[in-house]
Amino acid sequence: MGRFAALSELRNYPSAVVGMAIIAFLIALSVYTVITIPYADALDKWRGGEQWRLHPVNASPVWADRLTGGRAPETQVVSSRDAAIERQPFEGGERLHIPLQVNYQAGDFPSEMTLFLSAEGHEREPFARLVWRTPDGRELALGGTRVATQDRVSISQDRSLEQRLGLVPHIGLLATPDSEPGAAEVLTGDYELTLDVILFQEDAGFEADLVLYGRVHGLAGTDHQRRDLMVALMWGTPVALAFGLLAAVGTTITTLIIAATGVWFGGWVDATIQRLTEVNMILPLLPILVMVGTLYSTSIWLMLGVVVALGIFSAGIKMYRAMLLPLRQAAYIEAALAYGAGNTRIILRYMIPRILPVLIPTFVTLIPTFVFLEASLAVLGLGDPVLPTWGKVLNDAQSESALYSQYYYWVLSPAFLLMLTGLGFAMLGFALDRIFNPRLRAL
Amino acid sequence: MTTATEGTRAQGLRRDVRRLGLFTAKRLLALFLTILVGVYLTILIANMGGRVDDLRMVQIQGEVSEMVRGDPAFQDMPSEERNALVQRQVDLEVERLRLDQPFIVRSFDYLHRAMLLDLGRAEQMHSDSGSRDVYDIIVERLPATLLLFGTANFLVFFFSVYIALSLSRRYGSMLDRSVIALAPSSAAPAWFYGIFLILLFAFVLPVLPSGGMVQAPPPENPLHYALDVLRHMLLPVLAMFLSQIFISIYSWRTFFLIHSSEDYVEMARAKGLPDNLIERRYILRPTLSPIITSFLLMLIGLWSGAIILEQVFNWPGLGTLLFQAIGHRDTPVIIGSVVIFAYLLAITVFLLDILYAVLDPRIRIGGD
Repeated sequence: MGRFAALSELRNYPSAVVGMAIIAFLIALSVYTVITIPYADALDKWRGGEQWRLHPVNASPVWADRLTGGRAPETQVVSSRDAAIERQPFEGGERLHIPLQVNYQAGDFPSEMTLFLSAEGHEREPFARLVWRTPDGRELALGGTRVATQDRVSISQDRSLEQRLGLVPHIGLLATPDSEPGAAEVLTGDYELTLDVILFQEDAGFEADLVLYGRVHGLAGTDHQRRDLMVALMWGTPVALAFGLLAAVGTTITTLIIAATGVWFGGWVDATIQRLTEVNMILPLLPILVMVGTLYSTSIWLMLGVVVALGIFSAGIKMYRAMLLPLRQAAYIEAALAYGAGNTRIILRYMIPRILPVLIPTFVTLIPTFVFLEASLAVLGLGDPVLPTWGKVLNDAQSESALYSQYYYWVLSPAFLLMLTGLGFAMLGFALDRIFNPRLRAL
Repeated sequence: MTTATEGTRAQGLRRDVRRLGLFTAKRLLALFLTILVGVYLTILIANMGGRVDDLRMVQIQGEVSEMVRGDPAFQDMPSEERNALVQRQVDLEVERLRLDQPFIVRSFDYLHRAMLLDLGRAEQMHSDSGSRDVYDIIVERLPATLLLFGTANFLVFFFSVYIALSLSRRYGSMLDRSVIALAPSSAAPAWFYGIFLILLFAFVLPVLPSGGMVQAPPPENPLHYALDVLRHMLLPVLAMFLSQIFISIYSWRTFFLIHSSEDYVEMARAKGLPDNLIERRYILRPTLSPIITSFLLMLIGLWSGAIILEQVFNWPGLGTLLFQAIGHRDTPVIIGSVVIFAYLLAITVFLLDILYAVLDPRIRIGGD
């Protein structure tokens, strides 16, 4: 049976087809991610900060809400750039009337309300007075404020307003009149936040953005730092695949070379390798990784190095040795010796290629092990300090007790992707095992 | 005639015991050397290039100057005098922790003491009973870990052998194929299933506790205490069980299938022996050695998984201890845990080696 015949035989195994489809999807997702969100961009985004100020905190994915029949709001941003501003110049200044109109149709209240103000190039700070108008014609004065160059008015945290309304402001402002706390209902319709601004300078700029933060956001939701989880879920894919693949390649190849060297030279070389394998067997991999992670650095590349270094003398050596031993006396190796092939040549060109096909299934099933290892380290808080990965999302979720606060999406989406990766490779690996392993073929 | 047979039998038994004893002694010696090398490697890794020493120096310096500055008694001291005081305190601390000796000397000292399980004193942590000895801290946590992992492993072992045997009898049936199809689910480690189980049974359907070992305050009645521990064990054991059971069934079923097509099994069937007897004497007996090997590899994998599973379930065992030690940067506790993990792995290997020798007649009869 040729090697290609074996691969085409994969089509007969439904699990192998599903596994390959999953792997193809993951690879496509990685390529798409790396192209659309360049590496530097991803790191910068994941660092968080001001760039996420227009995203809600802990919003769940839109589809999760819509599937359960909810009509939770998405974030609405109303900017003064789109508003019809009335200007009334006066001696030494200007008076602006900015109506910020909000058409609110969602079935639930926003999670937060904030007004971002920017007043560039003023010598004296402008003054703004805010009035809130509801669809049924009520008017609520929200007070006035001096506006610094970059300013924000956190309407949700206005304590005096909360006392006046008897409700948290972002609920009270949008509720039907006389709503009771705990049983407030949304009054849908056209709202307006009117800003009366006095500028003490004629040619300076003034901008306002009213943000009604939603309770749902995008396909993946957001975390406690307002970051869109999509960044981490997408970037986690290439990171996980690269880590799994490199670790699997690194450990398999080095182990194979060591095993072949031991078998070829025999004697004390073989004995030493065997003893080292036994020592390696009792070295606990994860505690050592934990130790290295705490004492040195949690960089993913260092972890990869340690995994490969500890994997060189792994238990696999015994298996490879058993497979390689009969090859030593094989006629084609004698022939190679006869034409004067050196030790290195015999090991690399004659012995290793011979057992590679048998290793393919082991290799494929090894990949998810390392993917989960990386996630495990991240869950322990030893994830790479800058890279967004699935494990780090899980770690954040755990430290913010996401399950307790019922932010299930935060745990479920990275877990789903991890599971998908694990299943894809394992299904393909098991099918390959049955194709390449002659003992199983007969069954 | 009968006495002669008995005589040979007794002789055979004596020979077996002698050979087993020899084998055990050889394995013990080999494992001892293995642990020696393993522990020394751990110590070397822990202090590669003296990084740990630097970290500890910075920490000591920080703590001492904090203490001196915070003490009102030294408020009026001139800064030079105060710096000298800080330096004196730092030197004392360095001497107390033996940081003034070269690392290579300390490393052999560490090794000697680690092998005797004298794991030194913790820098920050202490056991629940108040002891600062790393050994006490670790031993206090060991029973919890052994209880959890012992239970889960035995359940997985017996269930999977039993199910695999019955599946190999019904090879190709619907049940057989569905179990095989489920085998790839073992790619995910136990902690991963743990997260889902916690989500399901502690939050969506709040019937079981999400973590810990006993409720607070612990019940007074020993029976209630045991029941409560059992209740807390349910989810972590289930998580380990789920992540291991299908792959174990799969691999053991394969062994049984391969061996049930051997000629001597066909022969036994042809003789008309009952199925039970064939399973026990003709299939199970010769496959036990490879089963033990795979069980060993699984156990080794599980010890590593323990750390995260315990952390996820907040189970007060060795894994959680290691995690806390990371938080405190308590080097003696971290090294001590790694050493204990190495010992546990070595004991596992040793026990299974002995079992292997008892089961494999070649070792008993063949001598070597």
